[in-house]
Amino acid sequence: MSLLEVRDLAVSYDGRRALHGVSFSVEPGEVVAVVGESGSGKSTTAHALIGLLPGNATLDAGRILFGEADLAGWSQRRLRSVRGSRIGLIPQDPANSLDPVKTIGAQLGEVLRIHGERDRRTIRARVLDLLARVGLPDPQTRARQYPHELSGGMRQRVLIAAAIALRPRLIIADEPTSALDVTVQRRVLDLIDDLRAEYGTAVLLVTHDLGVAAGRSDRLVVMRDGRVVEQGPTPAVLAAPQEGYTERLLSDAPALSERPFRDPPAGEPAIVVRDLVKEFRVRRRPFRAVDGVRFEVTRGTTHALVGESGSGKTTTARMVARFATPTSGTVSIAGAPDGRRFRRHVQLVYQNPYGSLDPRQSIGEIIEEPLRNFGLGDRQARRARVADLLERVALPGEVRGRRPRELSGGQRQRVAIARALAVEPEVLVLDEAVSALDVTVQAQILDLLERLQRELGLTYLFISHDLAVVRQISHTVSVMSKGRIVETGTTRQVFSDPRHDYTRELLAAIPERVR
Amino acid sequence: MSGAPAPAGGGQARVRLGPALARVVPALARVVPGRVPIGLVLAWAVVGLVLLWAAVPGAFTAYDPIAGVPADKLRPPGAEHLFGTDAVGRDVFARVVHGSVHSLSGALVAVGVGLLLGTLLGLLAGAAGGVADAAVMRVVDVLLSVPGLLLALTVIILLGPGTVNVAIAVGVGSVAAFARLARAEVVRVRRTDYVEAAFGSGGRYPAVLWRHVLPNSLGPVIALAALQFGAAILAISTLGFLGYGAEPPTPEWGLLIAEGRNYLATSWWLTTLPGAVVVAVVLAAGRISRSIGRERA
Amino acid sequence: MTRYLLSRAGQAALVLWAAFTASYVLLQLLPGDSILIKFQNPELGLSPQQIAEIRAYYAGGSPVADYVQTLLGFLTGSLGYSIDTGAPVVERLAEALPETARLASAAFLLAVLIAVVIAFAASYSTTSWLRGALLSVPSLFVSVPAFWLGILLIQVFSFRLGLVPVIGGSELQQLVLPVLTLAVPISAPIAQVLARAIDQVYAQPFVPVIAARGATRWWILWRHVARNAVLPTLTVAGLTFGELIAGSVVTETVFGRAGIGRLTEQAVNAQDTPVMLAVVVLAAAVFVLVNLVVDVLFPILDPRLKGAAA
Repeated sequence: MSLLEVRDLAVSYDGRRALHGVSFSVEPGEVVAVVGESGSGKSTTAHALIGLLPGNATLDAGRILFGEADLAGWSQRRLRSVRGSRIGLIPQDPANSLDPVKTIGAQLGEVLRIHGERDRRTIRARVLDLLARVGLPDPQTRARQYPHELSGGMRQRVLIAAAIALRPRLIIADEPTSALDVTVQRRVLDLIDDLRAEYGTAVLLVTHDLGVAAGRSDRLVVMRDGRVVEQGPTPAVLAAPQEGYTERLLSDAPALSERPFRDPPAGEPAIVVRDLVKEFRVRRRPFRAVDGVRFEVTRGTTHALVGESGSGKTTTARMVARFATPTSGTVSIAGAPDGRRFRRHVQLVYQNPYGSLDPRQSIGEIIEEPLRNFGLGDRQARRARVADLLERVALPGEVRGRRPRELSGGQRQRVAIARALAVEPEVLVLDEAVSALDVTVQAQILDLLERLQRELGLTYLFISHDLAVVRQISHTVSVMSKGRIVETGTTRQVFSDPRHDYTRELLAAIPERVR
Repeated sequence: MSGAPAPAGGGQARVRLGPALARVVPALARVVPGRVPIGLVLAWAVVGLVLLWAAVPGAFTAYDPIAGVPADKLRPPGAEHLFGTDAVGRDVFARVVHGSVHSLSGALVAVGVGLLLGTLLGLLAGAAGGVADAAVMRVVDVLLSVPGLLLALTVIILLGPGTVNVAIAVGVGSVAAFARLARAEVVRVRRTDYVEAAFGSGGRYPAVLWRHVLPNSLGPVIALAALQFGAAILAISTLGFLGYGAEPPTPEWGLLIAEGRNYLATSWWLTTLPGAVVVAVVLAAGRISRSIGRERA
Repeated sequence: MTRYLLSRAGQAALVLWAAFTASYVLLQLLPGDSILIKFQNPELGLSPQQIAEIRAYYAGGSPVADYVQTLLGFLTGSLGYSIDTGAPVVERLAEALPETARLASAAFLLAVLIAVVIAFAASYSTTSWLRGALLSVPSLFVSVPAFWLGILLIQVFSFRLGLVPVIGGSELQQLVLPVLTLAVPISAPIAQVLARAIDQVYAQPFVPVIAARGATRWWILWRHVARNAVLPTLTVAGLTFGELIAGSVVTETVFGRAGIGRLTEQAVNAQDTPVMLAVVVLAAAVFVLVNLVVDVLFPILDPRLKGAAA
């Protein structure tokens, strides 16, 4: 008998269906990955299982058979006896999933207290035990610390410890590693694997990352728009997807695609960065965010700066775009004038397309603004140019009168790109420009960037934490760690023959196929 | 919760707007949680009515607010006298209607003073930063440390009592609140990516300030102005009650209530009904302020 | 931590000094001679010696010397002489302070109680209309003029129901209505901030995580949400202290009680600038001190600030 069997689950938000008859099952000790893009209903499914839907959601139909019981019909009171003890949850955002004003020890001990343990000494011993089990060094100290004193990876380990504290038979892992750096992500996933093997716990892994799902699951459930599109054993689905959507998802997922490398053409350098240093003062002590960085980007090519959070890649990008001044070192951009006219030559595209567009302006005004700033053309000429730019980024002309909030994430990023292109720059600095987007949208924007580069001869400096994306778009790569570049080369060299240990570690964290 | 669609039975407003629009305009989804916001409509109605009272008092009451009919003194509320009559036989409703112009114009002056001075100070501090910012914010700290009423009373000692002086005094008391909010908003907006992007598209400082920073920081300030309008009516009526506002025959609301105090035991309507009008107007201003705050958020 | 404390205390002292200076300058703009003329009013019954003493106090040399003298006086506890009665301002304050302190502290406690009950009841209620009704109570409370509320309470409880005697009655009976009058408007901002803070904590991702461990609604509300929501509420509670003193002006006038508020009213009527200056500085001092305490408490209640404060 299955450990968990979900049959025709239907959930609505304020009367609007979000899940339309979802069915799947989880066998004891098995890892089932539920994959889908945002809005696919994968998180709703996970929360519905333990009866933790938001207040405006209702479970309309279906059965949630967990062992003998049908949780769908259970009251909150009865569900509480299952939550934490027989079904554990590993949440998606370790930064905000712990109470900031309570110690780690208190929060971990709480799981035991909720389920009836009263003896302080037993609780304390179990807490230290658990902290050690999830691989946290010096459990005594950790137990006394507050969440903000721990790194993201350590916090996720604490949350895993809380989820396994009562040895549940099923763990729901809701995007457990999306907020973590790739190397940390790998270690956390390894830990979940180990615990599963040790306790025989089944895992329901909810993720948007097909790379993670492919590498870690026994079976795949692909969801879209509140429906299960396809499910089956993971190798079978990956090898021969039955549905068009699954196929597209697989081809768009940068981690799984097998595009050829883009080899750099020879040419003049458009960007030359020499011995760049940026120091900040952190609590009165100097801190080198960027430490002697040097690289060159050939005109008309894409150079990627890859690194984990805190590696200094964004600071470097901001210095190249002149939004920050270097402490020492130089950035020279061929042909770029000084002063305000520099902006006609170099443009920056931000990670968050919503935050970088003024919510009170219309799309037309946003794209027109650089033209007005530089006094390019009269009103009529500017209107024509806006229409032209919209067409270039493949947006319909009618979005011109809309506000940013009326567009989707991908559309907004197209608007940001159109604005950047308005003054006909030669260099675009793209700061995590596709990181906030779903894979299918991401693939479209990457295609757009490639096409624009071909058509307009643009030079890109592409900042990303995502090696798989970098592999697709860039000609050359610099790998950054702790403010320094540890390795530079063509994408082909770096990906097929990494020289530095850190690069190897980064590559090991992404699935086989890309390497 | 707010981002989620409203119930299907949720009113025609949503249907007419079209589901797409309703989904992407979170402000609407919040203001229209499935039905017409009755409270907000009522609030505008109250404010509108009181504005009309101030503009054309004669259209609402035929009685004289100053000269009374001694024979009709201390009549309880009824068909003839909606709010009853006072000790010298004046119609209380007429006095409330004619008095609205004093309270409203006073509140307008007070909000004008606070809004202008405070917002200017806040904008200056937020836009300039550095020393100017620190200096302005210390001034604001000092203003905040003295309670509004005491500040107003200090101004009154200096300027003497009177309607205009009271209005100015109340306005000075709200400068700190406006300055702090305006500064916080400017600082917040200045940190956003879209302001940096505007500089990145070659915008000059004044243009970016005018095109992006100002429009995006003023929303909450306007909401505060609506809120302060209600607060000013309260403060002015309080000062009027204490005897620092208009001179006695003037039907100012606070004064009206103060005069009614002598007949507490026998004539409840003299204090209760004018007070209820004050509460209604202040409540309405607060409700309108909240709706502005949400729309702009 | 010591550094943080010292810098906060220094800031507080600076604000207090600036408040003193500003109100001194404002009140000094009144023509000075008129003050001295007042003291010679025979109705005050001051002896020529006393008048000479007061004259010596007020008729200093240059304006700067006057200012320095007054500032030094405030630092050493000598606040000058009341123009109204000729008594030292310190004496008049000392007479009035206990009454107001009793009224204000009782009102503050009641205000916090009202706020907590409203906010918790609203966040715990599952029916939306009840929640809406509870959450609109604070907006009603801020919209009520305190003087009118006082009058209404007298009307209902003293005249209609006869529960509280208008004149006489025990100490407690005399305190009930004024405390209520003062507490209601002050409870509103506290309740609003607390309710909003509770909502914001509920929106934090860690709340469903705790629910997923099997915690009850009450467990989450009490052990986690309330604990986190205390922080912003503390700030606003500190800010209401200024309003307590301002509110006592109205309350004491309406109920005919002696106290700082009454003293203020008299000072305004008599243009008694020394008393007014002392009251303003007292209010500012209370405000600044209370908020200093709040600032000091913050890093203790919020471990995240410990590092930043150190």
